[in-house]
Amino acid sequence: MTFQHQHAAHCESGVISNLLRHHGVPMSESLAFGLSAGLAFAYLPFVKINGLPIIAYRSLPRSIIKGLMAPLAARFRFETFRTPLAGQQRLDALLAEGQIVGMQTSVYWLPYFPPDMRFHFNAHNLLVYGKEGDDYLISDPVFEEPVRCASADLSRARFAKGALAPKGLLYYPKSIARKSVSSEAVRAAIRKNCRAMLAPVPIAGVRGIRLLANKVQKLPAADPHSADFIGHIVRMQEEIGTGGAGFRFIYAAFLQEAAQLAQLPALAEFSERLTTIGDGWRALALKAARMVKGREPVDPPAIAAKLREQAAQEEAFFRDLKIAAR
Amino acid sequence: MDVNAVPQEGNATLGGHRKAMYAKDANGRMVLAPSAGWEAEEIVTSHAVETIHAQAEQARERVKAGVSSPLEFWMYERRMDVPLLSQTSGFWQWRVKRHLQPEHFAKLSLKQLERYSDALGVPPADLQKLP
Repeated sequence: MTFQHQHAAHCESGVISNLLRHHGVPMSESLAFGLSAGLAFAYLPFVKINGLPIIAYRSLPRSIIKGLMAPLAARFRFETFRTPLAGQQRLDALLAEGQIVGMQTSVYWLPYFPPDMRFHFNAHNLLVYGKEGDDYLISDPVFEEPVRCASADLSRARFAKGALAPKGLLYYPKSIARKSVSSEAVRAAIRKNCRAMLAPVPIAGVRGIRLLANKVQKLPAADPHSADFIGHIVRMQEEIGTGGAGFRFIYAAFLQEAAQLAQLPALAEFSERLTTIGDGWRALALKAARMVKGREPVDPPAIAAKLREQAAQEEAFFRDLKIAAR
Repeated sequence: MDVNAVPQEGNATLGGHRKAMYAKDANGRMVLAPSAGWEAEEIVTSHAVETIHAQAEQARERVKAGVSSPLEFWMYERRMDVPLLSQTSGFWQWRVKRHLQPEHFAKLSLKQLERYSDALGVPPADLQKLP
């Protein structure tokens, strides 16, 4: 069967849904995202890339893939390698067997990325579906069309070091016992996501948003570093993987599918509501970008207030959703 | 967001690529719609690119003035900083900082230079000068 590439909003949900569809599971990107309880918020002040903390609007790398194992009764193999040579040999062997292989890479070392997007972010996901000469044929779901990458470049991207180093990680399915999604799995996934967003942990979920708001509140308006930080919130939101608003819209798409799969028509309304929350994140991004550009004075308390508003809306949303998905 | 509100104003940092977004179509269904880019994204991405580019250019001046080693320029040129270069090269941060000084950088062995060369993807010979 020839591989079908499909454009997606987020790399990991895009990779896993493309891979599962190839293996005969009818899986959309949004269903993969929702079923693995992929929506999240995490503010990690102690993990820094280029001096700025990680702000994640989705769950940890690899958790989307892992979250799908139970609902599909699937088993995947995950392999990491000590040396780039071993990693490449294993990849070539798997391709020779006809496998389509998922992997984690750095963004920076992939030459097909536009130069301005190439930052040292190590948790990107892509699929390799073949090799021609020295070029790997790659389905990178955030690109509209399949791309190519020379073997030395791909190797470098797979073995990039630093935070979230991929160590050559590759993955592929061993077996997939269930090819459809049960109503109970959908409900369980929604409840799990609600728990994650309402978790009593200061850096995660709704409380993480509030922690970030407090941090922003304290930024001095005159310091140029404040604009960097505010821009960084948006960049993590919109750029790396598509961002806060983007993820809310993916989850809203999932809720529409869930309404049918779990026979819970009420979820359609939640989809509407989450779309509105996503629009709020976009409004926040726009305001912040205007400050970065100097069209508005840099006003950290205003950003903090908007973050708290988002936190309040998401808290109410997930409390209600938790009850609806019982 | 409605499908017709999906931003199409263009974003130079995407280099002509479009990204996929979910938006509501006329029937209220969430569908995938390609976006040519949004100004807000363009602003924050180019801001981050410019910040690090400015660091590289300042480093270039310091190298010319003889107060920094070319390693500092290359570090920023490759969009890294001292903690990241430390992680990727395997040198402790205090050693990386020392190697940013010309006199310590000049004393590096070829083997040590190669570690930086691997981490930065710059041949050892180029690492010792500005491009």
